[in-house]
Amino acid sequence: MTTNSPSKVHVTTTINGQKHELLVPGYMSLLDTLRELIGLTGTKEGCLDGNCGACTVNVNGRIVDSCLVLGAEINGKEVNTIEGMATSEGLHPLQQAFLEEAALQCGICTPGFLVAAKGLLDNEPSPSEGRIRHWLAGNLCRCTGYDKIVRAVQKASS
Amino acid sequence: MVQTFEPKTDYKVVGTRPIRHDGYDKVTGRAIYGGDMKLPGLIWGVCVRSPHAHAKIKSIDTSAAEAVEGVFAIITGADMPKAPSKLVDLGEGNINFKWASNKLMADDKVLYRGHPVAAIAAVDRYTAEEAARKVVVEYEVLPSVTNVVDALKSGAPVILPDMVGDDLGEDVTNTNMAAHVRHEFGDVKGAMSTAAHTVEREYNMQMVHQGYIEPQNATATWDEEDRIKIWTSTQGAFPARTQIAGILQVDVSRVKVTPLEIGGGFGGKIPVYFEPLAALLSKKSRRPVKMVMERTAVFETTGPTPGARMIIKLGADAKGKLTAATADIWFEAGANPGAFIGPAAMCIYAPYEIPNTRIDGWDVLVNKPKVAPYRAPGSPQVAFAMESAVNELCENAGWDPLQFRIDNASKEGTRRGDGVLFSKIGMQEVLEATKNSAHWNAPLGDAPAGKVRGRGLANGYWFNIGLKSSANLSVNSDGTVQLTEGSTDIGGSRTSMAMHVAEVLGIGAHDVRPTVGDTESVGYTDVTGGSRTTYATGYACWIAANNLVDVLKERVAILWDINKDDVDFNDGVFSSKAEAEKTIGFKELAGKLEDLGGPANSTGSVDLESAGDGFGTHIADIEIDLATGKSDIIRYTAVQDVGTAIHPAYVEGQLQGGSAQGIGWALNEEYFMKDDGSMANSSFLDYRMPTTLDLPFIETVLVEVPNPLHPYGVRGVGETPICPPIPAIANAINDALGKRLYNTPMNAGSILEALK
Repeated sequence: MTTNSPSKVHVTTTINGQKHELLVPGYMSLLDTLRELIGLTGTKEGCLDGNCGACTVNVNGRIVDSCLVLGAEINGKEVNTIEGMATSEGLHPLQQAFLEEAALQCGICTPGFLVAAKGLLDNEPSPSEGRIRHWLAGNLCRCTGYDKIVRAVQKASS
Repeated sequence: MVQTFEPKTDYKVVGTRPIRHDGYDKVTGRAIYGGDMKLPGLIWGVCVRSPHAHAKIKSIDTSAAEAVEGVFAIITGADMPKAPSKLVDLGEGNINFKWASNKLMADDKVLYRGHPVAAIAAVDRYTAEEAARKVVVEYEVLPSVTNVVDALKSGAPVILPDMVGDDLGEDVTNTNMAAHVRHEFGDVKGAMSTAAHTVEREYNMQMVHQGYIEPQNATATWDEEDRIKIWTSTQGAFPARTQIAGILQVDVSRVKVTPLEIGGGFGGKIPVYFEPLAALLSKKSRRPVKMVMERTAVFETTGPTPGARMIIKLGADAKGKLTAATADIWFEAGANPGAFIGPAAMCIYAPYEIPNTRIDGWDVLVNKPKVAPYRAPGSPQVAFAMESAVNELCENAGWDPLQFRIDNASKEGTRRGDGVLFSKIGMQEVLEATKNSAHWNAPLGDAPAGKVRGRGLANGYWFNIGLKSSANLSVNSDGTVQLTEGSTDIGGSRTSMAMHVAEVLGIGAHDVRPTVGDTESVGYTDVTGGSRTTYATGYACWIAANNLVDVLKERVAILWDINKDDVDFNDGVFSSKAEAEKTIGFKELAGKLEDLGGPANSTGSVDLESAGDGFGTHIADIEIDLATGKSDIIRYTAVQDVGTAIHPAYVEGQLQGGSAQGIGWALNEEYFMKDDGSMANSSFLDYRMPTTLDLPFIETVLVEVPNPLHPYGVRGVGETPICPPIPAIANAINDALGKRLYNTPMNAGSILEALK
């Protein structure tokens, strides 16, 4: 990407079920790899130091701040982002619940919250309010006071 | 003559909770925010920033940076057009182009840490950052002033030597005092001297940040015709255009601003930061340039809201009626004038009827970032002081703090601290609702061992504004309507706009497709701020919809070959006044328009002088660990007069979000400044905003006293809810500990200190 880049790393990865072969500059974050190299801008940049959670993605079943992961690290791994959450069947129940509960205002933190919450419900379909709050504490929202976000996750829980 | 409206209750769309129109794009990642902007050939810009809070720039050497492969353009202060001193109203605070330009790029002096001294555009962000590190700047460090007391001492370093301050109407020079205003009514001294009870206290608050999650950004092209196109996250495309044109010294029509989705603002995205710099870099590089601000710079160079020093004195008679109040407030402006002392004076006494009042406010320069509006700018500060003092007065005299507030509540005809007389307001209704609320009547409950609990309440106020808005409508052949409106949508407002139109036309909220327009597709519209958007732009949408009905009556007249004046319209159905059985619905008519004169369009605009005041009262229950000083908000309720809630879920959201910001301000948030003027906590790790773990569910009570100034009774709601939380929590802490805190943040350390 840059004319001054040192070595690039050959990466084979699966993103939202689609196989990608990439040449990723060694210094490039997973966040920029997604946004700049692949064009998946649904994953948002908020702080670039792992404190806001807006860039949350799922790598091999674990949620991570993609600004703290190098693009080179996803070689051989499976990455899921907000763009992969809805299917041809329609929205994920979390996405539907966020809409019905008015769980977003500006919406910049929403992709990160949805990916993080899905990471919870994939493993624990019926979390308590306390568990939801604990799990989502790495995602900052400045608009909602979290009230409707927690309620939406509760609604999408079974 | 201001038009007034009778309250209605039989709404079809108003008061419902449809899914927001932009929601699907926002839960799927498709929505395009400012930082997502891409253009063919796009390059990246970054700033070179000062490590010093106050220093003379002796030299800037950009040669090594220019030599970096992939660098296309470098600008410094010398490239900034010299904007003359000109004051422009931006709706929520004024802007002076001279200072606004200086804030974006230093001239011969840097005035705050992080002040840009150069900007670089390169093939990508990493290359631009590499080049930025190679710019060599030689500084002569000057002493900094970082608080209002030091800044006003004689012999203090003068931050802006060419600033002329305004001391009660007199010009003053060679000072850091940008302005001193006073409002005085009645016989303050006499009333205070005869008061049965008085309290006088000093309160201090640090700067805090709006804390929007999306950093500032801008993408710009400057073409061969000297036309500038800007894509950005802004709270107002038109006010952004005004600023960009003023700073770049071009006609407004040369600048087109396209507002992309915006990731929070709270006032902080009213001022422009990167837009003019990206434009200048584009002019020099002949390429589209994008800039996205790093979080440290967001903290160090954008926002914040003023830190404050405030001395308040209250007097009451023996029966518990307020008789006199005085306030002296000093607000930090940052490195340019403009610290919201005007709004503070308007807000400080607003919840109360006090016959004799004085407020003196000082707007003071310090070597910190220039403040920006933050949700009710100036009001949370004075609410902390006033509402704390009211409780202390009650505690000393043995009065119930809620009953005292009811007995002294402002009402229609009460004079505000700046002299304005209130029209129909809901302070009393809010206090009655508070008294009757589930929360106020529930027991506080027993604290676990080692902890104590307390409950506090406080009022808050924001005056709300009206100003200018525009909207356009056109009818689709399938019976839906396109709406283009000028207010950027930060929290679901475009759906409220669509609901205004749908209510008039008798169609569903989702039969109206709202779009936020750019500066070349809709008329002038002021900022999304001042709690004006749903009120004023909603009003413009209502006018546009009524104008559309008028256009459609002409088409019905053609259809039935009758006079337009003989056509009636009710609940989405046109009928003939002469023959009642002759009717046609809106949707059916839409399908026939092609043969009835073609496209049906309309427009609506407003310029509203007044808006209808917003009052709220909050209740906070706190639990404090006596060993660590750690506190938890265990129950919280926000009660507010919202006029009419167009979309109640998003009105609740405003109350909840404002409460959360106020809770963070009360308990944790502050600019922790070192003596050299640098911020020690410029990351989300150290600038500790509330997380999911820090807050309970936030209960809301929507009191609906319809605003007679709006066709559906809308009152602005966004800003009032950030005002009560800080004093409500201070009052709760006092209830729990018997100790009163006079400074923010009221964090674990200051609670432990108070317990000593």
